[in-house]
Amino acid sequence: MALTLSDVEKIARLARLQLSEEEQYHVLEELNGIFALVEKMQQVDTDGIEPMAHPHEVALRLREDVVTETDQSHLYQQCAPQVENRLYLVPKVIE
Amino acid sequence: MTNYTLKQCSDMLQQRQVSAVELAQEYLQTIKQNNSQINAYTTLNPDITLEEAKAADVRLQEGSGSLLTGVPIAYKDIFCHQGWKTACSSKMLDNFIAPYTATVVQNLLDAGMVTLGRTNMDEFAMGSTTETSFHGITRNPWQLEHVPGGSSGGSAAAVAARLAPAALGSDTGGSIRQPASHCGITGLKPTYGMVSRFGMVAYASSFDQAGPMAQTAEDCALLLNHMVSFDQRDSTSLDREKENFARNLNQPLQGLTVGLPKEYINSGCDAQVQNKIQVAIELLKKQGVNIVEVSLPHTELSIPAYYVLTSAEASTNLSRYDGVRYGYRAAEFSNLDEMYSKTRSEGFGHEVQRRIMMGTYVLSHGYYDAYYLKAQKLRRLVANDFQAAFEQCDVILGPVAPTAAPKLGSDIHDPVQMYLSDIYTISVNLAGLPALSLPVGLTDAGLPVGMQLIGNYFTEAQLFNIAHQIQLNSDWHTKVPSCGTNEN
Repeated sequence: MALTLSDVEKIARLARLQLSEEEQYHVLEELNGIFALVEKMQQVDTDGIEPMAHPHEVALRLREDVVTETDQSHLYQQCAPQVENRLYLVPKVIE
Repeated sequence: MTNYTLKQCSDMLQQRQVSAVELAQEYLQTIKQNNSQINAYTTLNPDITLEEAKAADVRLQEGSGSLLTGVPIAYKDIFCHQGWKTACSSKMLDNFIAPYTATVVQNLLDAGMVTLGRTNMDEFAMGSTTETSFHGITRNPWQLEHVPGGSSGGSAAAVAARLAPAALGSDTGGSIRQPASHCGITGLKPTYGMVSRFGMVAYASSFDQAGPMAQTAEDCALLLNHMVSFDQRDSTSLDREKENFARNLNQPLQGLTVGLPKEYINSGCDAQVQNKIQVAIELLKKQGVNIVEVSLPHTELSIPAYYVLTSAEASTNLSRYDGVRYGYRAAEFSNLDEMYSKTRSEGFGHEVQRRIMMGTYVLSHGYYDAYYLKAQKLRRLVANDFQAAFEQCDVILGPVAPTAAPKLGSDIHDPVQMYLSDIYTISVNLAGLPALSLPVGLTDAGLPVGMQLIGNYFTEAQLFNIAHQIQLNSDWHTKVPSCGTNEN
Protein backbone atom coordinates (compact mmCIF):
# COMPACT_ATOMS: atom_id res chain seq x y z
CA MET A 1 0.00 0.00 0.00
CA ALA A 2 2.20 2.81 -1.24
CA LEU A 3 1.07 6.38 -1.15
CA THR A 4 1.18 8.53 -4.28
CA LEU A 5 2.00 12.17 -4.68
CA SER A 6 -1.67 13.00 -5.09
CA ASP A 7 -2.38 11.28 -1.72
CA VAL A 8 0.24 13.51 -0.15
CA GLU A 9 -1.40 16.59 -1.69
CA LYS A 10 -4.80 15.55 -0.35
CA ILE A 11 -3.48 14.87 3.14
CA ALA A 12 -1.65 18.20 3.18
CA ARG A 13 -4.87 19.95 2.19
CA LEU A 14 -6.77 18.26 5.05
CA ALA A 15 -4.02 19.13 7.51
CA ARG A 16 -3.84 22.73 6.26
CA LEU A 17 -0.16 22.35 5.47
CA GLN A 18 1.47 23.81 2.40
CA LEU A 19 4.32 21.67 1.10
CA SER A 20 6.56 22.50 -1.87
CA GLU A 21 6.81 19.82 -4.57
CA GLU A 22 10.25 18.84 -3.31
CA GLU A 23 8.94 18.56 0.26
CA GLN A 24 5.99 16.51 -1.01
CA TYR A 25 8.35 13.94 -2.57
CA HIS A 26 10.36 13.85 0.65
CA VAL A 27 7.25 13.31 2.78
CA LEU A 28 6.00 10.67 0.32
CA GLU A 29 9.21 8.70 0.76
CA GLU A 30 9.16 9.08 4.54
CA LEU A 31 5.49 8.13 4.90
CA ASN A 32 5.92 5.07 2.69
CA GLY A 33 8.87 4.01 4.83
CA ILE A 34 6.80 4.27 7.97
CA PHE A 35 3.85 2.49 6.43
CA ALA A 36 5.92 -0.60 5.80
CA LEU A 37 6.04 -0.82 9.62
CA VAL A 38 2.32 -0.22 9.83
CA GLU A 39 1.53 -3.02 7.40
CA LYS A 40 2.81 -5.46 10.05
CA MET A 41 -0.26 -4.59 12.13
CA GLN A 42 -2.48 -6.27 9.55
CA GLN A 43 -0.75 -9.61 10.20
CA VAL A 44 -2.24 -9.85 13.69
CA ASP A 45 -5.66 -11.40 14.23
CA THR A 46 -7.69 -8.96 16.31
CA ASP A 47 -11.14 -10.46 15.88
CA GLY A 48 -13.18 -9.98 19.01
CA ILE A 49 -10.60 -7.68 20.62
CA GLU A 50 -12.11 -4.60 22.22
CA PRO A 51 -10.35 -1.42 21.03
CA MET A 52 -8.55 0.45 23.80
CA ALA A 53 -8.92 4.20 23.57
CA HIS A 54 -7.55 4.97 26.97
CA PRO A 55 -5.55 3.22 29.74
CA HIS A 56 -8.31 3.25 32.36
CA GLU A 57 -11.94 2.19 32.39
CA VAL A 58 -13.22 5.57 33.48
CA ALA A 59 -16.18 7.45 32.10
CA LEU A 60 -16.20 11.17 31.45
CA ARG A 61 -16.99 12.98 34.68
CA LEU A 62 -20.13 15.11 34.84
CA ARG A 63 -20.49 18.19 36.95
CA GLU A 64 -23.22 20.51 38.19
CA ASP A 65 -24.62 22.86 35.56
CA VAL A 66 -23.48 26.04 37.25
CA VAL A 67 -21.18 28.78 36.09
CA THR A 68 -17.75 28.41 37.65
CA GLU A 69 -15.48 30.28 35.22
CA THR A 70 -15.06 34.04 35.20
CA ASP A 71 -14.53 36.29 32.19
CA GLN A 72 -10.79 36.44 31.58
CA SER A 73 -10.92 37.57 27.97
CA HIS A 74 -8.62 40.49 28.65
CA LEU A 75 -5.93 38.19 30.07
CA TYR A 76 -6.34 35.48 27.44
CA GLN A 77 -6.42 37.87 24.51
CA GLN A 78 -3.16 39.55 25.40
CA CYS A 79 -1.35 36.97 23.30
CA ALA A 80 -3.63 37.25 20.28
CA PRO A 81 -2.18 38.30 16.91
CA GLN A 82 -5.03 40.73 16.15
CA VAL A 83 -7.92 41.60 18.42
CA GLU A 84 -10.57 44.33 18.33
CA ASN A 85 -13.51 44.70 20.72
CA ARG A 86 -12.81 41.23 22.11
CA LEU A 87 -13.10 39.78 18.60
CA TYR A 88 -10.25 37.91 16.91
CA LEU A 89 -9.50 39.45 13.50
CA VAL A 90 -8.97 37.19 10.48
CA PRO A 91 -9.21 37.64 6.70
CA LYS A 92 -12.73 37.85 5.31
CA VAL A 93 -14.40 34.43 5.24
CA ILE A 94 -17.58 35.11 3.28
CA GLU A 95 -17.21 36.79 -0.08
CA MET B 1 29.85 23.08 42.58
CA THR B 2 26.08 22.68 42.74
CA ASN B 3 26.31 18.92 43.23
CA TYR B 4 23.31 18.59 45.55
CA THR B 5 20.47 16.16 45.34
CA LEU B 6 16.95 17.50 45.81
CA LYS B 7 16.93 15.86 49.26
CA GLN B 8 20.20 17.58 50.18
CA CYS B 9 18.83 20.95 49.05
CA SER B 10 15.73 20.33 51.16
CA ASP B 11 17.79 19.36 54.23
CA MET B 12 20.12 22.37 53.90
CA LEU B 13 17.16 24.73 53.58
CA GLN B 14 15.17 23.15 56.41
CA GLN B 15 18.23 23.29 58.68
CA ARG B 16 18.85 26.90 57.59
CA GLN B 17 22.38 26.05 56.42
CA VAL B 18 21.61 28.06 53.31
CA SER B 19 18.82 30.41 52.32
CA ALA B 20 16.62 29.90 49.29
CA VAL B 21 18.04 33.07 47.78
CA GLU B 22 21.62 31.90 48.27
CA LEU B 23 20.85 28.51 46.77
CA ALA B 24 19.06 30.03 43.80
CA GLN B 25 21.94 32.41 43.21
CA GLU B 26 24.40 29.53 43.29
CA TYR B 27 22.43 27.66 40.64
CA LEU B 28 21.92 30.79 38.52
CA GLN B 29 25.66 31.36 38.62
CA THR B 30 26.40 27.79 37.53
CA ILE B 31 23.84 28.12 34.74
CA LYS B 32 25.41 31.37 33.60
CA GLN B 33 28.83 29.69 33.46
CA ASN B 34 27.95 26.35 31.96
CA ASN B 35 24.63 26.38 30.15
CA SER B 36 26.06 27.68 26.89
CA GLN B 37 28.16 24.53 26.59
CA ILE B 38 25.11 22.30 26.49
CA ASN B 39 22.09 24.56 25.87
CA ALA B 40 19.94 22.77 28.45
CA TYR B 41 18.00 25.93 29.37
CA THR B 42 16.24 27.97 26.72
CA THR B 43 14.56 30.57 28.92
CA LEU B 44 15.77 32.20 32.11
CA ASN B 45 14.24 35.00 34.21
CA PRO B 46 16.64 35.49 37.11
CA ASP B 47 14.51 38.30 38.59
CA ILE B 48 11.50 36.03 38.88
CA THR B 49 13.68 33.22 40.23
CA LEU B 50 14.99 35.44 43.01
CA GLU B 51 11.50 36.79 43.80
CA GLU B 52 10.28 33.24 44.25
CA ALA B 53 13.34 32.45 46.39
CA LYS B 54 12.69 35.44 48.64
CA ALA B 55 9.08 34.33 49.14
CA ALA B 56 10.34 30.83 49.93
CA ASP B 57 12.69 32.23 52.58
CA VAL B 58 9.75 33.97 54.27
CA ARG B 59 7.86 30.69 54.39
CA LEU B 60 10.92 28.86 55.72
CA GLN B 61 11.28 31.50 58.49
CA GLU B 62 7.60 31.19 59.37
CA GLY B 63 7.75 27.43 59.21
CA SER B 64 4.81 27.46 56.82
CA GLY B 65 6.46 25.64 53.91
CA SER B 66 6.83 22.07 52.77
CA LEU B 67 9.92 19.89 52.38
CA LEU B 68 10.28 21.37 48.92
CA THR B 69 10.11 25.03 49.90
CA GLY B 70 13.09 26.88 48.47
CA VAL B 71 14.27 23.90 46.43
CA PRO B 72 15.12 24.96 42.86
CA ILE B 73 13.65 23.18 39.84
CA ALA B 74 13.69 23.46 36.04
CA TYR B 75 10.57 23.04 33.91
CA LYS B 76 10.45 21.50 30.45
CA ASP B 77 9.21 24.12 27.97
CA ILE B 78 5.94 22.18 27.55
CA PHE B 79 4.31 23.37 30.77
CA CYS B 80 2.32 26.58 30.72
CA HIS B 81 3.66 28.93 33.37
CA GLN B 82 1.98 32.33 33.70
CA GLY B 83 4.30 35.12 32.61
CA TRP B 84 6.90 32.78 31.09
CA LYS B 85 7.44 32.14 27.39
CA THR B 86 5.91 28.71 26.81
CA ALA B 87 7.19 27.74 23.40
CA CYS B 88 7.38 23.91 23.37
CA SER B 89 10.66 24.65 21.57
CA SER B 90 8.61 25.56 18.49
CA LYS B 91 8.50 28.62 16.24
CA MET B 92 4.72 28.23 16.47
CA LEU B 93 4.73 29.31 20.12
CA ASP B 94 7.93 31.30 20.27
CA ASN B 95 5.96 34.49 20.97
CA PHE B 96 3.54 32.89 23.44
CA ILE B 97 3.63 34.11 27.03
CA ALA B 98 1.37 31.74 28.94
CA PRO B 99 -1.62 33.47 30.57
CA TYR B 100 -2.08 30.62 33.02
CA THR B 101 -0.10 27.97 34.84
CA ALA B 102 -0.22 24.20 34.44
CA THR B 103 -1.65 22.39 37.47
CA VAL B 104 1.51 20.35 38.04
CA VAL B 105 3.64 23.51 38.02
CA GLN B 106 1.17 25.29 40.30
CA ASN B 107 1.34 22.35 42.73
CA LEU B 108 5.11 22.75 42.94
CA LEU B 109 4.91 26.54 43.21
CA ASP B 110 2.41 26.08 46.05
CA ALA B 111 4.92 23.74 47.70
CA GLY B 112 7.41 26.62 47.50
CA MET B 113 9.73 25.37 44.78
CA VAL B 114 11.83 27.97 42.99
CA THR B 115 11.75 28.16 39.18
CA LEU B 116 15.26 28.19 37.73
CA GLY B 117 14.12 28.34 34.11
CA ARG B 118 12.73 26.41 31.19
CA THR B 119 14.51 23.58 29.43
CA ASN B 120 14.94 22.56 25.82
CA MET B 121 12.89 19.82 24.19
CA ASP B 122 12.09 18.27 20.85
CA GLU B 123 9.48 20.48 19.16
CA PHE B 124 6.03 19.71 20.61
CA ALA B 125 7.65 16.69 22.29
CA MET B 126 8.01 14.91 18.97
CA GLY B 127 11.42 13.31 18.85
CA SER B 128 13.98 11.32 20.82
CA THR B 129 17.08 13.49 20.58
CA THR B 130 16.07 17.13 21.26
CA GLU B 131 17.42 17.83 17.74
CA THR B 132 14.04 19.02 16.44
CA SER B 133 13.99 22.00 18.82
CA PHE B 134 13.51 25.45 17.34
CA HIS B 135 15.97 26.70 19.95
CA GLY B 136 18.93 24.63 18.80
CA ILE B 137 20.27 21.30 19.99
CA THR B 138 21.11 20.34 23.54
CA ARG B 139 24.40 18.51 24.07
CA ASN B 140 24.86 15.49 26.29
CA PRO B 141 26.98 16.70 29.24
CA TRP B 142 28.85 13.37 29.25
CA GLN B 143 30.00 13.61 25.63
CA LEU B 144 29.27 16.94 23.96
CA GLU B 145 29.07 15.46 20.45
CA HIS B 146 26.25 13.16 21.53
CA VAL B 147 22.55 13.78 22.00
CA PRO B 148 21.02 14.00 25.48
CA GLY B 149 18.02 12.00 24.29
CA GLY B 150 14.52 13.42 23.99
CA SER B 151 12.06 14.84 24.08
CA SER B 152 12.94 15.96 27.65
CA GLY B 153 16.61 16.33 26.69
CA GLY B 154 17.06 19.76 28.21
CA SER B 155 15.67 18.66 31.57
CA ALA B 156 17.87 15.53 31.61
CA ALA B 157 20.99 17.47 30.62
CA ALA B 158 20.30 20.16 33.21
CA VAL B 159 20.06 17.63 36.04
CA ALA B 160 23.07 15.63 34.81
CA ALA B 161 25.21 18.77 34.54
CA ARG B 162 24.02 19.83 37.98
CA LEU B 163 22.38 22.96 36.58
CA ALA B 164 19.27 21.98 38.59
CA PRO B 165 18.72 19.45 41.40
CA ALA B 166 15.55 18.30 39.66
CA ALA B 167 13.43 18.96 36.62
CA LEU B 168 10.01 18.19 35.21
CA GLY B 169 9.73 16.24 32.03
CA SER B 170 6.90 14.70 30.05
CA ASP B 171 6.66 11.19 28.64
CA THR B 172 4.48 10.08 25.74
CA GLY B 173 6.64 7.25 24.35
CA GLY B 174 9.73 7.41 26.56
CA SER B 175 10.51 11.12 26.67
CA ILE B 176 11.42 11.10 30.37
CA ARG B 177 12.95 7.64 30.64
CA GLN B 178 15.15 7.68 27.55
CA PRO B 179 16.88 11.06 28.16
CA ALA B 180 17.25 10.08 31.82
CA SER B 181 19.01 6.93 30.61
CA HIS B 182 21.20 8.81 28.11
CA CYS B 183 22.21 11.40 30.70
CA GLY B 184 22.73 9.08 33.66
CA ILE B 185 19.91 10.31 35.88
CA THR B 186 16.68 8.91 37.33
CA GLY B 187 13.26 9.62 35.85
CA LEU B 188 9.73 8.32 36.27
CA LYS B 189 6.69 8.19 34.05
CA PRO B 190 3.77 7.84 36.49
CA THR B 191 0.64 5.77 35.90
CA TYR B 192 -1.52 7.54 33.34
CA GLY B 193 -3.97 9.84 35.09
CA MET B 194 -1.92 10.41 38.26
CA VAL B 195 -0.54 13.77 37.25
CA SER B 196 -2.83 16.40 35.80
CA ARG B 197 -2.32 17.30 32.17
CA PHE B 198 -4.05 20.64 32.51
CA GLY B 199 -1.67 23.27 31.15
CA MET B 200 0.75 20.73 29.68
CA VAL B 201 0.75 21.30 25.93
CA ALA B 202 -0.86 18.23 24.44
CA TYR B 203 0.89 15.86 22.06
CA ALA B 204 -1.03 12.57 22.39
CA SER B 205 -3.66 12.95 25.06
CA SER B 206 -4.14 9.29 25.97
CA PHE B 207 -0.36 8.80 26.36
CA ASP B 208 1.11 12.03 27.82
CA GLN B 209 2.19 12.14 31.47
CA ALA B 210 4.39 14.60 33.31
CA GLY B 211 7.00 13.14 35.63
CA PRO B 212 9.97 13.91 37.90
CA MET B 213 13.62 13.81 36.78
CA ALA B 214 16.39 13.97 39.37
CA GLN B 215 19.60 12.28 40.55
CA THR B 216 17.90 9.65 42.71
CA ALA B 217 14.74 7.64 43.14
CA GLU B 218 14.24 9.23 46.56
CA ASP B 219 14.35 12.69 44.97
CA CYS B 220 11.78 11.62 42.36
CA ALA B 221 9.48 10.22 45.06
CA LEU B 222 9.65 13.44 47.10
CA LEU B 223 8.84 15.45 43.98
CA LEU B 224 6.00 13.14 42.92
CA ASN B 225 4.37 13.59 46.32
CA HIS B 226 3.65 17.18 45.37
CA MET B 227 3.02 16.67 41.66
CA VAL B 228 0.13 14.24 41.99
CA SER B 229 -3.33 15.69 42.53
CA PHE B 230 -6.90 15.17 41.35
CA ASP B 231 -7.70 17.96 38.92
CA GLN B 232 -11.26 18.85 37.92
CA ARG B 233 -9.89 20.61 34.86
CA ASP B 234 -8.32 17.41 33.44
CA SER B 235 -11.04 14.97 32.47
CA THR B 236 -8.56 12.08 32.59
CA SER B 237 -7.30 12.93 36.07
CA LEU B 238 -7.83 10.12 38.60
CA ASP B 239 -9.35 10.79 42.01
CA ARG B 240 -7.30 8.69 44.40
CA GLU B 241 -6.37 8.77 48.04
CA LYS B 242 -3.27 10.80 48.74
CA GLU B 243 -0.18 8.64 49.16
CA ASN B 244 3.44 9.10 50.20
CA PHE B 245 5.45 7.68 47.33
CA ALA B 246 8.57 7.54 49.52
CA ARG B 247 6.92 5.31 52.14
CA ASN B 248 8.50 2.04 50.99
CA LEU B 249 11.97 3.21 50.03
CA ASN B 250 13.65 1.16 52.73
CA GLN B 251 11.65 -2.02 52.36
CA PRO B 252 13.94 -5.03 51.85
CA LEU B 253 13.66 -6.62 48.42
CA GLN B 254 13.82 -10.20 49.74
CA GLY B 255 11.27 -12.36 47.97
CA LEU B 256 10.43 -9.88 45.22
CA THR B 257 10.02 -11.42 41.77
CA VAL B 258 11.43 -9.56 38.79
CA GLY B 259 10.39 -10.53 35.26
CA LEU B 260 12.71 -10.29 32.27
CA PRO B 261 10.76 -10.25 28.99
CA LYS B 262 12.21 -12.79 26.61
CA GLU B 263 11.42 -10.52 23.66
CA TYR B 264 13.93 -8.00 25.04
CA ILE B 265 16.84 -10.45 25.01
CA ASN B 266 18.82 -10.54 21.72
CA SER B 267 16.52 -7.84 20.39
CA GLY B 268 19.11 -5.58 18.88
CA CYS B 269 20.25 -4.26 22.23
CA ASP B 270 23.92 -3.26 22.35
CA ALA B 271 26.16 -5.69 24.27
CA GLN B 272 27.48 -3.03 26.64
CA VAL B 273 23.92 -2.00 27.54
CA GLN B 274 23.03 -5.62 28.24
CA ASN B 275 26.17 -6.12 30.35
CA LYS B 276 25.50 -3.11 32.55
CA ILE B 277 21.95 -4.27 33.12
CA GLN B 278 23.19 -7.75 33.96
CA VAL B 279 25.43 -6.28 36.70
CA ALA B 280 22.39 -4.54 38.18
CA ILE B 281 20.42 -7.79 38.02
CA GLU B 282 23.21 -9.56 39.97
CA LEU B 283 22.97 -6.81 42.57
CA LEU B 284 19.24 -7.46 42.89
CA LYS B 285 19.80 -11.22 43.17
CA LYS B 286 22.19 -10.60 46.08
CA GLN B 287 19.31 -8.84 47.83
CA GLY B 288 17.14 -11.92 47.55
CA VAL B 289 15.21 -11.04 44.42
CA ASN B 290 13.92 -13.90 42.23
CA ILE B 291 14.41 -13.51 38.49
CA VAL B 292 11.93 -15.14 36.13
CA GLU B 293 11.40 -15.02 32.40
CA VAL B 294 8.15 -13.48 31.19
CA SER B 295 6.76 -12.81 27.75
CA LEU B 296 5.40 -9.68 26.08
CA PRO B 297 4.52 -11.18 22.71
CA HIS B 298 3.24 -7.99 21.07
CA THR B 299 6.38 -5.95 21.79
CA GLU B 300 7.30 -5.41 18.13
CA LEU B 301 3.78 -4.47 17.15
CA SER B 302 3.75 -1.75 19.75
CA ILE B 303 5.79 0.38 17.34
CA PRO B 304 3.26 0.74 14.51
CA ALA B 305 0.38 0.86 17.01
CA TYR B 306 2.11 3.65 18.91
CA TYR B 307 2.90 5.69 15.83
CA VAL B 308 -0.57 5.40 14.34
CA LEU B 309 -2.31 6.34 17.60
CA THR B 310 0.03 9.13 18.70
CA SER B 311 0.21 10.73 15.27
CA ALA B 312 -3.59 10.58 15.02
CA GLU B 313 -3.98 12.22 18.43
CA ALA B 314 -1.24 14.73 17.61
CA SER B 315 -2.83 15.74 14.32
CA THR B 316 -6.00 16.54 16.24
CA ASN B 317 -4.23 18.30 19.10
CA LEU B 318 -2.13 20.43 16.79
CA SER B 319 -5.07 21.53 14.68
CA ARG B 320 -5.57 24.35 17.19
CA TYR B 321 -2.45 26.11 15.85
CA ASP B 322 -4.00 28.25 13.17
CA GLY B 323 -2.67 31.73 13.84
CA VAL B 324 -6.07 33.01 15.02
CA ARG B 325 -5.99 33.26 18.80
CA TYR B 326 -2.35 32.85 19.87
CA GLY B 327 1.06 31.86 18.61
CA TYR B 328 2.69 32.44 15.26
CA ARG B 329 0.73 33.95 12.40
CA ALA B 330 2.21 34.09 8.87
CA ALA B 331 3.05 37.57 7.67
CA GLU B 332 1.57 37.26 4.18
CA PHE B 333 -1.63 35.56 3.03
CA SER B 334 -4.45 36.45 0.69
CA ASN B 335 -7.31 34.60 2.39
CA LEU B 336 -8.16 32.67 5.56
CA ASP B 337 -7.25 29.28 4.15
CA GLU B 338 -3.85 30.55 3.12
CA MET B 339 -3.40 32.09 6.55
CA TYR B 340 -3.96 28.67 8.09
CA SER B 341 -1.68 26.73 5.77
CA LYS B 342 1.12 29.29 5.65
CA THR B 343 1.03 29.76 9.42
CA ARG B 344 1.24 26.04 9.98
CA SER B 345 3.84 25.34 7.31
CA GLU B 346 6.06 28.16 8.51
CA GLY B 347 5.45 27.62 12.22
CA PHE B 348 5.89 23.86 12.48
CA GLY B 349 9.19 22.03 11.96
CA HIS B 350 9.59 19.10 9.62
CA GLU B 351 9.13 16.25 12.14
CA VAL B 352 5.94 17.82 13.48
CA GLN B 353 4.55 18.23 9.96
CA ARG B 354 5.40 14.65 9.13
CA ARG B 355 3.53 13.34 12.19
CA ILE B 356 0.54 15.58 11.48
CA MET B 357 0.49 14.23 7.93
CA MET B 358 0.59 10.64 9.15
CA GLY B 359 -2.12 11.28 11.73
CA THR B 360 -4.34 13.03 9.21
CA TYR B 361 -3.97 10.09 6.85
CA VAL B 362 -4.79 7.34 9.36
CA LEU B 363 -7.91 9.20 10.47
CA SER B 364 -9.14 10.02 7.00
CA HIS B 365 -12.16 8.48 5.37
CA GLY B 366 -11.65 4.90 4.29
CA TYR B 367 -8.56 4.26 6.41
CA TYR B 368 -9.91 4.67 9.93
CA ASP B 369 -10.70 0.96 10.45
CA ALA B 370 -7.54 -0.40 8.89
CA TYR B 371 -5.19 1.83 10.81
CA TYR B 372 -6.64 3.69 13.78
CA LEU B 373 -9.13 1.08 14.98
CA LYS B 374 -6.64 -1.73 14.33
CA ALA B 375 -4.01 0.12 16.35
CA GLN B 376 -6.46 0.52 19.24
CA LYS B 377 -7.05 -3.22 19.24
CA LEU B 378 -3.30 -3.81 19.29
CA ARG B 379 -3.13 -1.40 22.20
CA ARG B 380 -5.51 -3.69 24.10
CA LEU B 381 -3.32 -6.69 23.28
CA VAL B 382 -0.20 -4.90 24.53
CA ALA B 383 -1.95 -3.94 27.78
CA ASN B 384 -3.18 -7.54 28.18
CA ASP B 385 0.40 -8.82 27.67
CA PHE B 386 1.53 -6.80 30.68
CA GLN B 387 -1.33 -8.05 32.86
CA ALA B 388 -0.45 -11.62 31.99
CA ALA B 389 3.22 -10.95 32.78
CA PHE B 390 2.33 -9.40 36.15
CA GLU B 391 0.72 -12.70 37.10
CA GLN B 392 4.27 -14.11 37.03
CA CYS B 393 6.21 -11.25 38.59
CA ASP B 394 5.98 -8.10 40.71
CA VAL B 395 7.91 -5.85 38.36
CA ILE B 396 9.35 -6.06 34.86
CA LEU B 397 12.97 -5.13 34.17
CA GLY B 398 14.65 -4.28 30.91
CA PRO B 399 16.67 -1.77 28.92
CA VAL B 400 15.46 1.76 28.27
CA ALA B 401 17.16 2.15 24.88
CA PRO B 402 19.03 -0.28 22.63
CA THR B 403 22.20 1.80 22.74
CA ALA B 404 23.75 4.62 24.73
CA ALA B 405 23.24 8.14 23.39
CA PRO B 406 23.95 8.34 19.65
CA LYS B 407 26.03 11.10 18.09
CA LEU B 408 24.32 14.34 17.14
CA GLY B 409 22.95 14.20 13.61
CA SER B 410 23.18 10.43 13.35
CA ASP B 411 19.68 9.04 12.86
CA ILE B 412 17.53 12.07 12.28
CA HIS B 413 17.41 11.23 8.58
CA ASP B 414 16.00 7.76 9.04
CA PRO B 415 12.65 8.05 10.83
CA VAL B 416 12.13 4.29 10.85
CA GLN B 417 15.45 3.80 12.68
CA MET B 418 14.48 6.49 15.17
CA TYR B 419 11.14 4.84 15.83
CA LEU B 420 12.67 1.38 16.31
CA SER B 421 14.91 2.70 19.08
CA ASP B 422 11.78 3.46 21.14
CA ILE B 423 10.86 -0.22 21.39
CA TYR B 424 11.42 -0.64 25.13
CA THR B 425 9.55 2.44 26.21
CA ILE B 426 6.46 2.90 24.04
CA SER B 427 4.51 -0.19 25.12
CA VAL B 428 4.46 1.25 28.64
CA ASN B 429 2.62 4.34 27.37
CA LEU B 430 0.24 2.19 25.33
CA ALA B 431 -0.72 0.36 28.51
CA GLY B 432 -0.59 3.49 30.74
CA LEU B 433 1.69 1.79 33.29
CA PRO B 434 4.25 3.47 35.55
CA ALA B 435 7.93 3.02 34.67
CA LEU B 436 11.22 4.27 36.05
CA SER B 437 14.63 4.67 34.45
CA LEU B 438 17.78 4.63 36.60
CA PRO B 439 21.48 4.77 35.72
CA VAL B 440 23.45 1.51 35.85
CA GLY B 441 26.91 2.58 34.69
CA LEU B 442 28.86 3.98 31.77
CA THR B 443 29.91 2.40 28.49
CA ASP B 444 33.59 2.25 27.48
CA ALA B 445 32.97 5.46 25.57
CA GLY B 446 31.89 7.14 28.80
CA LEU B 447 28.18 7.31 28.02
CA PRO B 448 25.50 6.44 30.60
CA VAL B 449 23.33 3.34 30.39
CA GLY B 450 19.91 3.25 31.98
CA MET B 451 17.73 0.39 33.15
CA GLN B 452 13.95 0.37 33.18
CA LEU B 453 11.60 -0.93 35.87
CA ILE B 454 7.97 -1.30 34.79
CA GLY B 455 5.28 -1.75 37.44
CA ASN B 456 1.59 -2.51 37.38
CA TYR B 457 -0.81 0.39 37.70
CA PHE B 458 -0.29 2.56 40.81
CA THR B 459 2.88 0.77 41.99
CA GLU B 460 5.14 3.83 41.94
CA ALA B 461 6.12 3.30 45.60
CA GLN B 462 7.45 -0.16 44.72
CA LEU B 463 9.41 1.14 41.75
CA PHE B 464 11.03 3.78 43.95
CA ASN B 465 11.77 1.10 46.57
CA ILE B 466 13.64 -1.13 44.13
CA ALA B 467 15.55 1.75 42.56
CA HIS B 468 16.44 3.17 45.99
CA GLN B 469 17.82 -0.17 47.16
CA ILE B 470 19.94 -0.37 44.01
CA GLN B 471 21.16 3.18 44.63
CA LEU B 472 22.01 2.41 48.27
CA ASN B 473 24.23 -0.43 47.05
CA SER B 474 25.91 1.21 44.07
CA ASP B 475 27.26 4.61 43.06
CA TRP B 476 26.28 4.94 39.38
CA HIS B 477 23.78 7.68 40.21
CA THR B 478 26.45 9.76 41.94
CA LYS B 479 28.67 10.12 38.89
CA VAL B 480 28.96 13.60 37.44
CA PRO B 481 30.02 14.32 33.85
CA SER B 482 33.14 16.43 33.55
CA CYS B 483 32.72 18.16 30.21
CA GLY B 484 29.34 19.79 30.70
CA THR B 485 30.14 20.91 34.20
CA ASN B 486 33.49 22.70 34.09
CA GLU B 487 34.36 24.27 37.35
CA ASN B 488 36.09 27.63 37.34
